[in-house]
Amino acid sequence: MRLEGVRRVFDDRIVLSNFHLSISPGEFLAILGPSGCGKSTLLRMIARLAPPDAGSIAFTPSENFQTAFVFQDAHLLPWRTVLENAALPLELTGVAREQRRQKARKALEQVNLAEALALYPAQLSGGMRMRVSLARALVTGPRLLLLDEPFAALDELTRFHLDVQLRRLWQASGMTVIFVTHSISEAAFLAERAVVLARREGRIKLDRRLELPGERTNELRGDARFAEESKLLLDQMEEQ
Amino acid sequence: MKLAKTLVPPLIPLAVLTLAFELIVRQGLIPAYLLPAPSSVFKAMFEVGDQLWRAMLETSGAALIGFFMSAIGGIASAVLLSSSRWIQRAFYPYAVFFQTVPIIAIAPLLVIWFGYGMRTVIASAFVVSIFPVIANTLTGLLSTDPALVDLFRLYGASSAVTLFKLRFPAALPQILTGLRVSAGLAVIGAIVGEFIGGGGLGSVVDVARTQQRVDIVFAAVLLASLLGLALFSAIGLVSRLTLRRWHASEQTP
Repeated sequence: MRLEGVRRVFDDRIVLSNFHLSISPGEFLAILGPSGCGKSTLLRMIARLAPPDAGSIAFTPSENFQTAFVFQDAHLLPWRTVLENAALPLELTGVAREQRRQKARKALEQVNLAEALALYPAQLSGGMRMRVSLARALVTGPRLLLLDEPFAALDELTRFHLDVQLRRLWQASGMTVIFVTHSISEAAFLAERAVVLARREGRIKLDRRLELPGERTNELRGDARFAEESKLLLDQMEEQ
Repeated sequence: MKLAKTLVPPLIPLAVLTLAFELIVRQGLIPAYLLPAPSSVFKAMFEVGDQLWRAMLETSGAALIGFFMSAIGGIASAVLLSSSRWIQRAFYPYAVFFQTVPIIAIAPLLVIWFGYGMRTVIASAFVVSIFPVIANTLTGLLSTDPALVDLFRLYGASSAVTLFKLRFPAALPQILTGLRVSAGLAVIGAIVGEFIGGGGLGSVVDVARTQQRVDIVFAAVLLASLLGLALFSAIGLVSRLTLRRWHASEQTP
C-alpha cells in the first residue's frame, strides 16, 4: 500500500501535508505521535472512511480486500449478544445466518471468548468488550486490520494480555496491521516497524524497523533490546 | 417485598391527606360545596358508577387512538427529519411552533374542522402528544455513535440498513422516553377535547360543575389521573421489558 502526497485539512488547520508512506503486505506497523498529530485521520483515510484532500492512497494488488477497523473503545451494539455483535460485519455483507454464526463463534474462540457468546455487552468487563470488538474485526478474515488506540482505556495488565494476543493473531493470519497508539512501550512490543509523527502536519520523524525477536511474550518487556528500542522511540517523541 | 417497598411510601401521604381532608370537611372548616369529603367522592363514584365507567372507557379509547397516532406519526416524522440536515432546518422550527400553540386555544378550531364528538377528541389528544415523540426520537436518531456509523459504512451498509439495524435501535431509549411523556399528555389532550367536543370524562366534569356536584367532579378528575397514570406505567413497563438487557437506565443495581 502506498500513500503519496496525502494532504488533509480540518477547518484551516493542516493535519497532514505531503505525506508519503508505503506499507508492505503482512507488515505490523505502529504509528506513534502526540495527540492531534493526525494519526487517527490517517487511519480513517486508509480505511476509506474519509477522502484525502490531495494525494492518493493506492492498494496493491487489489482494491477489493476486506479492511477491518478497531476503535478506541469497543463500540458494541448493546442490544445484541456477544455472538451477534461479532457476526455483525458478516450480516452487513450478506452472509447467510448459519454460516455467519459459525464464523463468529470461531472468531470469538480466537480471542478466548467462547464462553461468553450469549452475554450482553453490559455484562462484560472492559477487556472482554475490547476482545469482542477484536473478534468483530477478525470475523471477515481481513487482509488489513486498522487499530486506533484500541487498548488505551484498559488497565495495564489487561492491555499486556491483549498485546500478546494481538501479536499471535497477526502471526497466525499474515494480515497487514496498522496500529495507532501514543504508548511507546506498546508500539515497541507489538510492531515490526514503527513510525513516529511530528505534532505539526504529520511529518515523519522516524521510520524504524525494530530489532526485536519475532516471538514476543511478556518476558520481552524486561529485555535490554526492548528497553533500547523504547528509548529510541521516546527520544523522537520528546523532541516535539 | 420489592413491590411493597415501592408501593408503601407513596400510599402513606395519600392516607394521611385523605384522612385530614375528611376531618377538615366534617368539622365544617371548609364547606362541602368547595371541597367534598373523600368519603362523599367515593360515594359519588358508586352512585354514578355506570356513567363514570362509560365515560372513562370513552376517554381512554380516544386517548389511546390519539396516542397511537402520535407514536406512529411522531416516529415517522422524526425519521424523515433526521434523513437530511436541510429537511430538518426547514421543518423542525414548525414542529416546535406547533407545540407552543396552547391546545385550549385551538380546540374550538378542531370542533369546527371535525365536528362534535370523538373525532375532535382524538385530534386534540394527537396534537398535544405528538411533539415529545418527534423531539425525543429525533434526538435519539441524531446521536448515533459516529464510530458505529463508520463501522456500518466500512462494510458497505445502505442507509436503510443503517437506519433499521443501528440508528433506530440505538434511539430506542429516547423514543420510549418520548412515548412515556406523550402517553400522559394524550389523556390531558383527550379531556380538553371533551370539554369542547363533548363526551367522556371531560363532559362529566363539565356537566357536574354546572350542577354543583363537586363530588362528581372530583371523582371524574380522580379517574382521569388514574387513566394517565395507567398509560404512563404501561409504557414504562414496555420500556423496562425491552431495555432491561442493555440500557443502563433500566438495569436494577
